[in-house]
Amino acid sequence: MALSGIEIFKLLPKTNCKKCGHPTCLAFAMKLAQRQASLEACPDVSEEAKKILGEASAPPVRPVTFGTGDKAVKLGEETVLFRHDKKFVNPCAFAIEVKDTLSDDEVSNLCGQVVNSEIDRVGQKLRIDAIMITNASGDAGRLEAAAKVVAAKAPGVPVIIYTENPQAAEAAIRLFADKRPILYGADASNAEAMAAIAKNNKAILGVVANGLNELSDLTEKVKGLGVEDMVIDSGARKAKDIIANNTLIRRAATKKNFKPLGYPIINFMQRPDSLYETLLAGIGVTKYASIVVMSSIEKWKNLALFTLRQNIYTDPQVPMQVEQKIYNIGEPKPESPFMITTNFSLTYFIVSGEIENSKVPCRLAVMDCEGLSVLTAWAAGKFTATKIAQFITDSGIEKEMANKELILPGYVAILSGSIEDKLPGWKVTVGPREANALPAFLKTRN
Amino acid sequence: MAFTPTRETYSGKVYPVTVGTGDSAITFGGENVLPFNSFEGSTPNRPLVAFEIQDVPPSDWPENVQKPFAGVSDDPVKWAKYCQDELKAKAIALRLIGTHPDRENRSPEDAVKTVKDVLAAIHIPLIILGSNHAEKDSSVLIAAAEAAKDRNCIIGKAQEANYKTIAAAAMANNHKLIAMSELDINLSKQLNILITQMGFDKERVITDPMCSALGYGLEYTYSVMERIRLAALTQNDVTMQQPMLGDVGMYVWKIKETTASEADLPQWGASEERGIAWEAETATALLVAGAELLIMRHPRAVEAVEKIIEELI
Ligand code: B12
Ligand code: SF4
Repeated sequence: MALSGIEIFKLLPKTNCKKCGHPTCLAFAMKLAQRQASLEACPDVSEEAKKILGEASAPPVRPVTFGTGDKAVKLGEETVLFRHDKKFVNPCAFAIEVKDTLSDDEVSNLCGQVVNSEIDRVGQKLRIDAIMITNASGDAGRLEAAAKVVAAKAPGVPVIIYTENPQAAEAAIRLFADKRPILYGADASNAEAMAAIAKNNKAILGVVANGLNELSDLTEKVKGLGVEDMVIDSGARKAKDIIANNTLIRRAATKKNFKPLGYPIINFMQRPDSLYETLLAGIGVTKYASIVVMSSIEKWKNLALFTLRQNIYTDPQVPMQVEQKIYNIGEPKPESPFMITTNFSLTYFIVSGEIENSKVPCRLAVMDCEGLSVLTAWAAGKFTATKIAQFITDSGIEKEMANKELILPGYVAILSGSIEDKLPGWKVTVGPREANALPAFLKTRN
Repeated sequence: MAFTPTRETYSGKVYPVTVGTGDSAITFGGENVLPFNSFEGSTPNRPLVAFEIQDVPPSDWPENVQKPFAGVSDDPVKWAKYCQDELKAKAIALRLIGTHPDRENRSPEDAVKTVKDVLAAIHIPLIILGSNHAEKDSSVLIAAAEAAKDRNCIIGKAQEANYKTIAAAAMANNHKLIAMSELDINLSKQLNILITQMGFDKERVITDPMCSALGYGLEYTYSVMERIRLAALTQNDVTMQQPMLGDVGMYVWKIKETTASEADLPQWGASEERGIAWEAETATALLVAGAELLIMRHPRAVEAVEKIIEELI
């Protein structure tokens, strides 16, 4: 359970030596309580205090890094049940299942799809994060062979090895020993052997039990065997049970700081109907899954799921924003069109994307409106004639332009007259309302 | 360590709302737990999904969602019957979009005729929606509510600017009412209070906190819905206990992801599947956030959402 500032203060040296950069031990304690400082900043804190504070300040859902290098994904670290309370921390990872009953060519083809799954959306690069190799054949040699294909064809992509058979596990996991893979399939019957393999290969252990009681016992047992990093599966496969168990797990972790369930959740969503699987995976994204496993990854499906994940995991207090400045799209010349919009990421990326489609080089002025969309910013009094005129004047852009013409978003046509009044010598033109009309609009001007 | 589940007991509950008459009447809402948390309370009714149709042909809908209604959508009566008889719709939402002054500018009398004809042709519940022009909706919805008298329809949407006339019409003709505000829990609460202060029964209101599509503000609708539901259940806030509407189709089928062709954006994949997935995924997220009534367009999206509801309930 989180400690209060006063409780933390009692554990500090109370010398007010300022080495932590804070005027007093109490001030530092207050910052620690708000998670705005790190205990390491105080050089004099006792070992005992470190232990108590370390445990108390650990996030209720254990942080686990899955994979290595630039494709590694962070899991867990969540602190709340509802996104309006505080930003959800580490976005749910998407994994695709590759069965070892497939031919090497089929495995290789799926690897290719994963490697090429990356799409850019609102400035973020999104992709299928991981591959799960399932020992569907029941044959250890086959699992190892499929794992070899994956290691070769999808290098760097984090891997889950799924088998209940320790021999099969050992042979396959070795291929990823220094890559922080997940070994999934530890249950009450094989926990010792699986934990030993995970330890030897520095793997994260995926544990599965029938229900939350058994699951808590199992994680305790595995922890006792020396494995700290786990992902947990309550055995739920039906949508209703997935919501129930995921909710109870997240509640136990965040509200009771119940450590045996304080691990990232893995959910298995494979279904024969891809659209249906998309919806089920979406339920995982909204309701507390850290990894969802799927059976296929069509492009339309990826786009929908990436977008949902992005929506759910944005900061509810701060909209995604881009920097205020005048962006060049293509190589604008002095006579190229000049447009204005707000700095809400979504707005900027939609508008700049359409300008790129038009192939007409332009300048796009992006004005800081605290990340609000055009109409919202206008309604909130942040995208006004006075502010726009000031921004244009301060930018000095006029020196680079042949004719002083500003193109406004169609939705704020109402501002055109007053901007002209405030920017002497400028002509204000009202553009289309929707950005997808921009290519046609720009072409007819040329 | 033994695990004891942390069970919540909530002090409040969502009102059940019944629409339609006779054997085809349907009830939604009524739960006393967060969406689909039936392990700690009761969820007596499934969320209701209504098929959207309109009074004028859907020339403004993208090709991929026009197609399933080709041959019937030129006439609201044929369209409604097709949804009821072939698609097994549980309810119809008739949007009188043609009454908008910037569109066909159809008159309240035209609207009355459409409503009467559609009601005569179907037995499932009807939701009657205006064109979202605050002023015009007042006159159109008064006439429409009267035309549908005693059929226990849902009339909407009443907004801050026009709630008085629309609520009065819904009340006089025994209908339910959608109260819509713009993505703000306080505005939503305030509108519900204003409407009930007129003497409108609070258990006949459905709240529309305003929808947004996946990728276009969904997170705002999602969180406003979650907050409304928490206020209803944990604080027993009687002004927030109405079932909620997600008016999904209209917001989804206009954005680029549901309209752009695969030829233009190969990295986005098949356009038809993409549009359907977009509508179904938006709807599913809103169900999880707390919506009990959804208005949707594509038959395959509705089918998938009905299936997921089956598995959630
Ligand atoms: C999400 C949302 C919010 C979010 C904010 C999201 C954000 N980061 O901006 C929140 C909940 C905070 C919010 C608050 C408010 N909102 Co608001 N909000 C919306 C909503 C649903 C979507 C906005 C959005 O994200 N649009 C997507 C972006 C991409 O659109 P866009 O920036 O306009 O860009 C498009 C075009 O303008 C064009 N474009 C953009 N730039 C340019 C440039 C050029 C040159 C050209 C040609 C075109 C172009 O291209 C884009 C795509 O076509 C809209 C309704 C809707 N569905 O549109 C209401 C809406 C904008 N909000 C509205 C209002 C009134 C408000 C509030 C004042 C009231 C309230 N509810 O409290 C507050 C003000 C905020 C404040 N005080 O801080 C009204 C504005 C009404 C009006 N016409 O003035 C709207 C239209 C809702 C409505 N129907 O009444 N809102
Ligand atoms: S460094 Fe440690 S002892 Fe010194 S003021 Fe900071 S908290 Fe106190």
